[in-house]
Amino acid sequence: MTTEETGTHGAILADPPDTAAGDGAIVELRNAGKSYGNIRALHGVSLKVHPSQVTCVLGDNGAGKSTLIKIISGLHQHTEGEFLVDNAPVHFTTPREALDKGIATVYQDLAVVPLMPVWRNFFLGSEMTKGPWPVRRLDIERMKKTADEELRNMGIVLDDLEQPIGTLSGGQRQCVAIARAVYFGARVLILDEPTAALGVKQSGVVLKYVAAARDRGLGVIFITHNPHHAYMVGDHFSVLRLGTMELSASREQITLEELTNHMAGGAELAALKHELSQVRGVDTEALPEEGDLTVAAGGEGKS
Amino acid sequence: MGMTQHAEPAVTTPPAPGPGQVKDGRTAERPLALRLLARPEVGVFLGAVAVWVFFLIAAPPVREGSAMANILYQSSTIGIMALPVALLMIGGEFDLSSGVAVITSALTASMFAFQLTLNVWVGVFVALLVALGIGFLNGWLVVRTGLPSFLITLGTFLILQGVNLAVTKLVTGNVATDDISDMDGFDQAKKVFANSFEVGGVQIKITIIYWLVFAALATWVLLRTKYGNWIFAVGGNKDSARAVGVPVNFTKISLFMLVGFAAWFVGMHNLFSFNTVQSGEGVGQELIYISAAVIGGCLLTGGAGSAIGPVFGAFMFGMVQQGIVYANWNPDWFKAFLGVMLLGAVLINLWVSRTATRR
Repeated sequence: MTTEETGTHGAILADPPDTAAGDGAIVELRNAGKSYGNIRALHGVSLKVHPSQVTCVLGDNGAGKSTLIKIISGLHQHTEGEFLVDNAPVHFTTPREALDKGIATVYQDLAVVPLMPVWRNFFLGSEMTKGPWPVRRLDIERMKKTADEELRNMGIVLDDLEQPIGTLSGGQRQCVAIARAVYFGARVLILDEPTAALGVKQSGVVLKYVAAARDRGLGVIFITHNPHHAYMVGDHFSVLRLGTMELSASREQITLEELTNHMAGGAELAALKHELSQVRGVDTEALPEEGDLTVAAGGEGKS
Repeated sequence: MGMTQHAEPAVTTPPAPGPGQVKDGRTAERPLALRLLARPEVGVFLGAVAVWVFFLIAAPPVREGSAMANILYQSSTIGIMALPVALLMIGGEFDLSSGVAVITSALTASMFAFQLTLNVWVGVFVALLVALGIGFLNGWLVVRTGLPSFLITLGTFLILQGVNLAVTKLVTGNVATDDISDMDGFDQAKKVFANSFEVGGVQIKITIIYWLVFAALATWVLLRTKYGNWIFAVGGNKDSARAVGVPVNFTKISLFMLVGFAAWFVGMHNLFSFNTVQSGEGVGQELIYISAAVIGGCLLTGGAGSAIGPVFGAFMFGMVQQGIVYANWNPDWFKAFLGVMLLGAVLINLWVSRTATRR
């Protein structure tokens, strides 16, 4: 990793994060919430994103994960609580403002243009040019070189940057999108379910690059509904349920089993076990005891 | 749950960056011939050569230089329009009104200048505004409504077709415009739009030069500028393009306006080489332009193509159109030929790209 190339883009925080004081958070939500009319989609959510840390946000469908990322990425505004970037309260009105603050979002399906070469995709919308206006043209050499270097820094080695990005696997595409966000000065990277549509192996590839981005000093918000993936890379875990924060724990405070139970909703699993026992062919004896499930989940789930 | 608690994240280090130019070694280099064949421009070039050779054999007059100049002239009038139509297609849109827009701009220039007895340049200028306006309207409607451009431009196609005829009859009482060859500025405008010069005893029409210059310019813009990058992006995946900051609406609208500009240019050429304009012409031309772009390797659904392919596509059409005449066949066969060529080209392209890109 060479600092000359990336330093001008501000992608890397030169100083180690001041986490000891507890104020090194780039992005912080304090009791933030969002209402759409009379519907309260999100309420009382507190979250901190530190440099070089992965904050995982877990939750089932409809738990409020999307609302949360939309607030942080500037697509929506919060209606209650506080949203701070670098300890200053902010109210983003467009994604552009969030980007200018170094908050980049990689959407699962909005990452790339499949038929275009990898290097063109890498620089799309922020192309490097040379020459005065009437003959201002793409600086192809420089773009290819930079894209190659950046991808290699993230550990992505491609034979041919001219190949259409659509010929890459889903995981590789996601990785190019992450590398791109890192290069263009992201300090906080929001990954919206990057592993949702991927196979086991591809998910592993993406998780490696999440770790790579973290090691380059970025704060990562990793949205997922897969506790196993979250536990692989996460430093802090927040579980959302029905628009509120059900759990906020750091890695030391929680085991994968507890996390899985929180995520799945222990009481709901118990109910599901009961239902499954009505179905022939399911061996409910082998499933965990009802008591284990509900205790682990804190007995909060609805039945 | 067999997994135990880890004190540290399971994945701690990024994969080590390979030293120097390490390849991942999964793609073998394909032979040059196959790589060339995989490019649609090369396929259409071979097709154009095949058609040319066919007519060299079937129609002896084609072997003369003047015949070639004539064929190239015919190709250029198709080719100048096929270029922006191809760019628009790469940008993911479609313009059915391009054929009648040529006539609309010629009619506008002719009638505006004649009825108000102005210098023809005033008419030419007004026609440019009208043509760009039609392009803007098409593009604006497409990006505002999100409807398929096929529908929007089918609408403008029908509107323009009707307006061309009705307004011409209303103004001149005839289906054609009056002869403007004795008006102020005509000779000057003719020099710009419909000149010809002699090379080695063969009359070369200036549109051939314009055609090749525009093609070179379009190729440069497409492959070497930001705007060209945006064209591929908006045609390939417009939501992704928007998400990374490409001005999608600007790109699309400007492409429609580019078609308008070319329609104006060809319209002016028609006007100043024939002095009058038949108001019912132009219908069906739009499909020829679109076919030339498709034969030239532009993807109908957008996101891929070139500017050089449509040049060969247009040449194939011009060749067939004139070749049939030189071979003394019934010119009615032209459209049938076009259809066969279109299907053949598309099938060959499909076959070649499947064979050549197979790994």
